[in-house]
Amino acid sequence: MIAETALAALWLAAAMSVLQLLFGIIALRPGGGEIVPAMRPIAVAQALLVGLSFLLLIQLFLRTDLSVALVAENSHTMKPWLYKFAGAWGNHEGSMLLWVTVLAIAGAAVALFERRLPERTLIATLAAQASIGLGFYAFLLFSSNPFERLFPAPTEGNGLNPLLQDPGLAFHPPTLYFGYVGISIAFSFAVGALVTRDVGPAFARAMRPWVLAAWIFLTLGITAGSYWAYYELGWGGWWFWDPVENASLMPWLAATALLHSVTVLATRDGLRAWTVMLAVVAFSMSMIGTFLVRSGILTSVHSFAVDPERGAFILLLLALYIGGALALFALRVGTVKEGSTFDLVSREGALVANNLFLSAILGIVFVGTLYPLLIEALAGEKLSVGPPYFNKVAGPLALALVVVMAAGPLLRWRRDRIAEVARRMIVPLAVTALALTAVLLLAPGLGILPLLGLVLALGVGAASLAPLWKRNLRRTPLFTWGMVISHLGIAVSLAGMASEAAFTKETLVAARPGETVRVGPYSLRFDQVEPIAGPNWTAMEAKLTARRGDGGAFVLRPQARTFSSPRTDTSEAAIATRLDGQLYTVIGRADESGRWQLRLWWKPFVTLIWLGGALVAFGGLLSLIGRVRRRRRDQESHA
Amino acid sequence: MRRILLFLPLTLFVAIVLVFAFRLWAPGDTIVRSRMVGKPMPDFALKPIVPNHPGLAAGDLHAGQPRLVNVFASWCIPCRVEAPQLETVKARGIPIDAIAIRDKSADVTAFLKSNGDPFERIGDDPRSQVQFALGSSGVPETFVVDGAGIIRHQHIGEIRPEDVDGIIRAFEAAR
Amino acid sequence: MKPKTQRLFLLVLAIVAVLGAVLLAMSALKDQAAYFYAPADVAREGAPQGRNVRIGGMVRQGSIRRNADGVTIDFVVRDDSPHVINVRYRGIVPDLFREESGVVAEGRFQESGLFVADEILAKHDENYMPPQLDVKKGEHKSESLK
Repeated sequence: MIAETALAALWLAAAMSVLQLLFGIIALRPGGGEIVPAMRPIAVAQALLVGLSFLLLIQLFLRTDLSVALVAENSHTMKPWLYKFAGAWGNHEGSMLLWVTVLAIAGAAVALFERRLPERTLIATLAAQASIGLGFYAFLLFSSNPFERLFPAPTEGNGLNPLLQDPGLAFHPPTLYFGYVGISIAFSFAVGALVTRDVGPAFARAMRPWVLAAWIFLTLGITAGSYWAYYELGWGGWWFWDPVENASLMPWLAATALLHSVTVLATRDGLRAWTVMLAVVAFSMSMIGTFLVRSGILTSVHSFAVDPERGAFILLLLALYIGGALALFALRVGTVKEGSTFDLVSREGALVANNLFLSAILGIVFVGTLYPLLIEALAGEKLSVGPPYFNKVAGPLALALVVVMAAGPLLRWRRDRIAEVARRMIVPLAVTALALTAVLLLAPGLGILPLLGLVLALGVGAASLAPLWKRNLRRTPLFTWGMVISHLGIAVSLAGMASEAAFTKETLVAARPGETVRVGPYSLRFDQVEPIAGPNWTAMEAKLTARRGDGGAFVLRPQARTFSSPRTDTSEAAIATRLDGQLYTVIGRADESGRWQLRLWWKPFVTLIWLGGALVAFGGLLSLIGRVRRRRRDQESHA
Repeated sequence: MRRILLFLPLTLFVAIVLVFAFRLWAPGDTIVRSRMVGKPMPDFALKPIVPNHPGLAAGDLHAGQPRLVNVFASWCIPCRVEAPQLETVKARGIPIDAIAIRDKSADVTAFLKSNGDPFERIGDDPRSQVQFALGSSGVPETFVVDGAGIIRHQHIGEIRPEDVDGIIRAFEAAR
Repeated sequence: MKPKTQRLFLLVLAIVAVLGAVLLAMSALKDQAAYFYAPADVAREGAPQGRNVRIGGMVRQGSIRRNADGVTIDFVVRDDSPHVINVRYRGIVPDLFREESGVVAEGRFQESGLFVADEILAKHDENYMPPQLDVKKGEHKSESLK
């Protein structure tokens, strides 16, 4: 009965979104004002219904109800409960249901809490939001029903891909989805504002918290995804420029640009058309990301699972929403009133430069990700685009962007003088010069990108703190703190990337138990290998005793695991984290003479990469709290 | 000039969607083709897995008449999906043998009971060795083997209703 | 600057920046993209020099040799043609890398014709996954051959 109830709730929620769209259209017509009060309750009812449906799906997974096809295909009675729980969204149908659930809840939140936007724009926004939801409801109900029954019910489920059986990964997709959905709200705001031709600071202030929230989730999602790939795949790398990774990076780049341009619009009423355009682009990137991952058209030249029907559905939605929004943009934006102008040497100027660099990087990642597709469509040749391309082309632009990021917050709005700016930059410039000398003396012969990365990380780190210089720290608004911490986070992360690229030590050997292997400052004694078993896997586990100089010894136990259902082999790296880096160990297979392959890395300060990412997200959170608090205060004083 | 510029994003977007659509409907060569098509069946002899079916050996596939070999497992969901299509193929007079991958006797019996049993011989491949020798990368897969024991066709994935005609054509071509 | 001029200026600047990036990307792609070669392609077109490529085929029966250091392996990749590619790889191979099984390797050809692989991408998961099964991150790299 649970599955049927859930399906009924899903249908009702879809009906609510139809109502929300229709009422919105009627309300925007002349004389339609009297049904305006109905909009908010409808949005809330939609969220409650679809939320119920999603909770029931989780319930089905927790019970492992194998008569439901989705559960049978993706779950297993032997699975730990956490993965049963996470299994609810660790598959196509469930993740789409999660998508639309978050979308509806966010829509309800807009309906309940958004008071400052002109009423007509709010109505148009809710209608746009409903039309997005409607597409996903149709997708779920007509092509990806998560509650389909299987008859007869199997006795055992198919299991979940072991690579996905990881606590971090269980919460990774939802995090990204929260980000995608937040961006969809920004998109709805942009469409609403285009419909009513009301693009101005009020619109920007209403949109900003949503962009910020989405951006925080995307930042967290990318950071966590990178760490997951790092420790789970056992290849020692932290970013592979894989299409799936790029699919999450592209919306982040667009959202970052949007976050900065919306600030210009809110503060100085400039960049009106550009901000609307970016909102559309950011949402397109999250839709394209979803499309690429879901349709499987980009996985590789050798992948199985291309599902044309499913991909076609998402592509159709993509074409409708983005095509519609871009057409609306082309037709309407000419009639949007012009914003104010500014000097090139000013905060606005720096933010424009930030936007240009981010857009250029976005373009490069986008082209690199889709190039194999394009070439195969046009020339029929197969190829892959990997790290050499992305690092070479996007790397220098990213470093230039970081320089702009250092200077931007030190510029005044409207107009500034170069001499003044230079005076404010003295300390960061001195730090940069010192860092350059130090790196050249202490670590000669570095590659150009790692060298620039290290030097800029230090200089930019100093510059990012400069806005707090000579300020009363208690009186500094929370969102200024947020900006400073986020920018500092970027510098910290850059330092980690550069250090990892410049100083990593790697050892690859075949060793017999009893032998000792060196990597970086560590010596590791290879004690033994023993077979062990987990709930649904068996493994060969090595025992490595590591010692650094005269320091205390500690044990690392990397494993080569074999999962039973479905059968998959994975390697579980053993990682020891120290203040100045990580020791990363992987065990391979034995050869005929009884030697085991061991791959060891010493990665100095690699943890800064993810620490920086967390700082960036934390800064975003501070900004969000600061903005929401200030808005609440303003609203109270208006009332 | 400005109006043209404003439509530029839309034009670019339409171009991208067209490329996506093209790739989606003409997925091209995305499937790992077995390098075994056109080659003789590798040599193997598998024990029976259930009492009421004999096991399967490479020699059984040199019988002068083409046969189908279905690689399946009771734990595999798509194998359930293709069961009705195998029944259809069998009803057209095509003999089908099977290889059960990493399976247990009781599970196979239950599987055949609930999903139908179109098979003549069923070989037990507990460690996927024959599956690998066949160049097969997963379950289910179906091979058309001609009367001289040469593999003529490989179908990867479950046989959907729309695939049945193709399988039968491949079988007729192997005569 | 008049508002109208500034708007147009910014718009043109944005378009130039993005188009510039795309052109830069395209020209870099010419050098950096790794094309895919089977042994027959190499025999027909010659071994591409000085750039990263991917090769693919089957690991020939009995061709895997482990060198004395225990971590370098040599093997031969074949396809349906009479041609082969000799491959050398230093590292830990995926567990499902074995003889008479499919393999894709990324790396460079030496002048001698030997292919030195930086990375072996063998299929990771031997089970057939129904199309709808979400493998998301699992499609990463070594699973891409599935």
